[in-house]
Amino acid sequence: MGVSTNLYLAAEGAAAAATTGGIWSEWAGLMLIGPMLAFVVIVLFGKRMRYQGAEVAIGAMAFNFVWSSVLLLLNMGDSGVLYERSLEIAAVGGGLVFELGWIVDGLSIMMYWVVAAVGLAVFVYAHGYMKGEVRVTFFFAALSLFAGSMLVLVGSPNLVQLIIGWEGVGLASYLLIGHNWELKENSSAAMKAFYTNKVADVGLVIGVIIIGITLGSFHFWDLAAAAAEHSAALGPVAVAAGLLLFFGAMGKSAQFPLHIWLPDAMAGPTPVSALMHAATMVTAGIYLMARTFPLYQELATAARPWMIAAGTITLFGMGLLALVADDIKRVLAYSTVSQLGYMMTAVAAGGYTAGLFHLFTHAFFKALLFLGAGSVIHAVHSNNMSDMGGLRRHMPDTYRTFVIGALALAGVFPLSGFWSKDEILATLGYEGYNLVMWIAVAGAFVTAFYMARAVALTFFGEYRGHGEPHESPPIMTRPLWALAVPAVLAGVVNIPGLKLPWIGSFTDWLSVRSVPMGDHHAEAIDVGLAAAGLAAAVAGLWLGWRAFGPSAADRADRDRVEIPVLYPLLRQKYYLDHAALGLVWVIRQPAARAVNWVNDYVIDGVVNGVGALCQRLAGLLYGGVDQHGIDGVVHGLSWGTSGMGGLIRRIQSGRVQQYAGLLVAGLLLLAVVVLFVL
Amino acid sequence: MGFEDWAAEPLNWVFLAVALATTISGLRVVTSPNVVHAALFLVAALAGTAAIFLLLAAEFLAWVLVLVYIGAVIVLFLFGIMITRAPTGRDEAEVDHQRRLPALLVSAALFALLSWGLLSQWGDTTLDGITAGTPTSVLAEGLLGRFVFPFEVVGFVLLAALVGGITIARRDLSPAEERERESR
Amino acid sequence: MILNQFLILAALLFCMGVYGLLVRRNAVMVLLSVELMLAAVNINLVALEAFWQTSEALGQILAVFIITIAAAEVGIGLAIILLIFRNRRSANVDELNLMRW
Repeated sequence: MGVSTNLYLAAEGAAAAATTGGIWSEWAGLMLIGPMLAFVVIVLFGKRMRYQGAEVAIGAMAFNFVWSSVLLLLNMGDSGVLYERSLEIAAVGGGLVFELGWIVDGLSIMMYWVVAAVGLAVFVYAHGYMKGEVRVTFFFAALSLFAGSMLVLVGSPNLVQLIIGWEGVGLASYLLIGHNWELKENSSAAMKAFYTNKVADVGLVIGVIIIGITLGSFHFWDLAAAAAEHSAALGPVAVAAGLLLFFGAMGKSAQFPLHIWLPDAMAGPTPVSALMHAATMVTAGIYLMARTFPLYQELATAARPWMIAAGTITLFGMGLLALVADDIKRVLAYSTVSQLGYMMTAVAAGGYTAGLFHLFTHAFFKALLFLGAGSVIHAVHSNNMSDMGGLRRHMPDTYRTFVIGALALAGVFPLSGFWSKDEILATLGYEGYNLVMWIAVAGAFVTAFYMARAVALTFFGEYRGHGEPHESPPIMTRPLWALAVPAVLAGVVNIPGLKLPWIGSFTDWLSVRSVPMGDHHAEAIDVGLAAAGLAAAVAGLWLGWRAFGPSAADRADRDRVEIPVLYPLLRQKYYLDHAALGLVWVIRQPAARAVNWVNDYVIDGVVNGVGALCQRLAGLLYGGVDQHGIDGVVHGLSWGTSGMGGLIRRIQSGRVQQYAGLLVAGLLLLAVVVLFVL
Repeated sequence: MGFEDWAAEPLNWVFLAVALATTISGLRVVTSPNVVHAALFLVAALAGTAAIFLLLAAEFLAWVLVLVYIGAVIVLFLFGIMITRAPTGRDEAEVDHQRRLPALLVSAALFALLSWGLLSQWGDTTLDGITAGTPTSVLAEGLLGRFVFPFEVVGFVLLAALVGGITIARRDLSPAEERERESR
Repeated sequence: MILNQFLILAALLFCMGVYGLLVRRNAVMVLLSVELMLAAVNINLVALEAFWQTSEALGQILAVFIITIAAAEVGIGLAIILLIFRNRRSANVDELNLMRW
């Protein structure tokens, strides 16, 4: 008991310790509407505007940034902000109500602010980056929709609105990843992202329906309350619902094995990647897990080992993949997947604050890294690190900020990544997941290693590309510096044992004051563990530098160290794409054969009349029983299933007239049943 | 009403002749291997329908059918046949032999069911009320009075269909042609 | 005249239309069959109107609507067939199995 989402605590009657936040909370819904409105305005009038709609998008984001900053400041004081407002839209039936509204509490304020801050930087940057590109207006419209959907998602007080935002994010990401859809590659990447997410969304929607029906409400508040009192109604389905919600989160937050879309999502313009990897989209899954945290903490505890397993595999296995990628954005993408594994593992292990703190810091340095990569790509016109090198002389601003981001990501003291990673390690240790903790330490080593490689290959050695690279314009470098500041400093808000005057600590931001935290936030730094994490990071950086730095510059294959077995395995991404294709193949091949067989021997019956069909089926049955004896039962079952499948599939012949014939026949059958049978 | 009474009425013989002609034409529409013949038989079938309308004292509708269908729609069909270069002569492959039996079964069953329903519902109910015919003004008042809204909607649908038809059927220029046109 | 003679004629025409719809290969011919079915429906409506003798001639008004919609349908249908023919060099419905599993 006593875990720490605000709602959860409020459900326990601790809401008294919070203020409502005055008009800033009462009108916080404007933040949800703003970018959506910007989307509509840009779509309608963007083309006629001076900057093709960019000014509207940036304006909406700036508005959001100011508003959420005020909320953040209000939340920093001695008491937290807690406010919720729901407007009833329609009764769904069965006592369920569809509501729209917004919620203002520590968690959502943090998300509002991250989305707005990163969003603002990215939007400004994108204005420079997209100059002269195609469909700029539409790009900014979709970008606004992207951010707006994310705000609808994180501001949602109930699961239904969350799904609305969730799908909006999916749609916008599809549009943005496929922005340059003229290339087949890009449109397939967009398709892949959309499909993968849709597969996961099925889980989410079913989970939400289960919760809604058993609970009689879609409210997070009610869910938290039910979890807190170990609701008897919710209990039996909690694990199933929890796993289904987690399945949805796996898709959005790219957890193994549903991560396959994220690296391909690099096809979108770089600002999209930055936004997607830092603030919107991939954080949605983590956010969902945090928002429904009480469910996992109290009722669906059986789901947690699975979540930790998925998170751990993701954080280590996907980090390794970043070692062999040549595309700089792909390195960063695998790095994101790996960091999302950290967050998911932390949240699943009970480290609510730890996971969200990593989300918070990661948003800044990952956005910074992506924008830096975009700046580099802008300069050398290639995504491949084999075309870069030596850029530190040509692009000083990009170089400096990128190194800051890389060090923060690697977890070097005292940058922000160090503190958040340490918090996760400490939580894992405290919760008793020692093996996972050491895997996470190893993951930190891998992280440092591939970042060292990326920096070395991109900014050191000799330039290997074409033309003369040049620094990006100020409109692109300024957002880099703006993001570099929180990338360095964001860690100080949650140093164990240190409570900054007036600002307080991140842990407190997420909680309602004066109620003890349920999850672990150490009072003092565990020096040994911090040292281990730091040592792993430094070792990774050193080794990466040795392997790929200037001293290795004379090697022809300086961008890789080919270790037998491991290198091809990583290069082929663990053959996961092959496995997915193989799976399809394995299913399809026998199915096709079965259908073929059914085609040749059974059918034509659909059209030719039921009589022939009956005869054939009888023949089949006879043959099956006769020939296979008792085995035949088993065979016959599978046979029958595939036969029925084939039969039903056969109906989908694509021939309109066959459809029409079946339609009329069905109508006749219905009429006969109604007239003579009923 | 026995058969003698029925046969005593001269209009019934007219009906019989028209119905026979319509049925035969309709049958030829769906069976004729010659596509153009099929279209022309549809003209005959529709003319028969118009004659039936006349028997039912729906003169306005009968002439609408003649004008709109025989005058316009059939012409459209003939255009369609020519443009798609359907074989205008005899084409045995035109009527699918494989599907003939099931289709015949389905439609015969449908007909059996329909006529069973009609006979059990109406029996030999007579049509007595037919007077001099429905004045066109009644239709006009209905269309522009009570049904003015559906009327407008249907008009809009027709317009949309025309625009849609043009949009669908218009041939897009190939990129090369497009460039050529722009340069001109 | 009895009512059923008209209604059964309509049913007959309708069923012939259904037969043509299922059997014809040329898409234009399929459309022709649909026209036959629509004519049958119109006969039905007019006959029942003659029986009920509604003051506003509702059945005939409905028939007018059907004729209009049929004209629209023919226009769109032929346009689609034209497009299909242009893309596939054939107006054969059998070959239009793009939408299969």
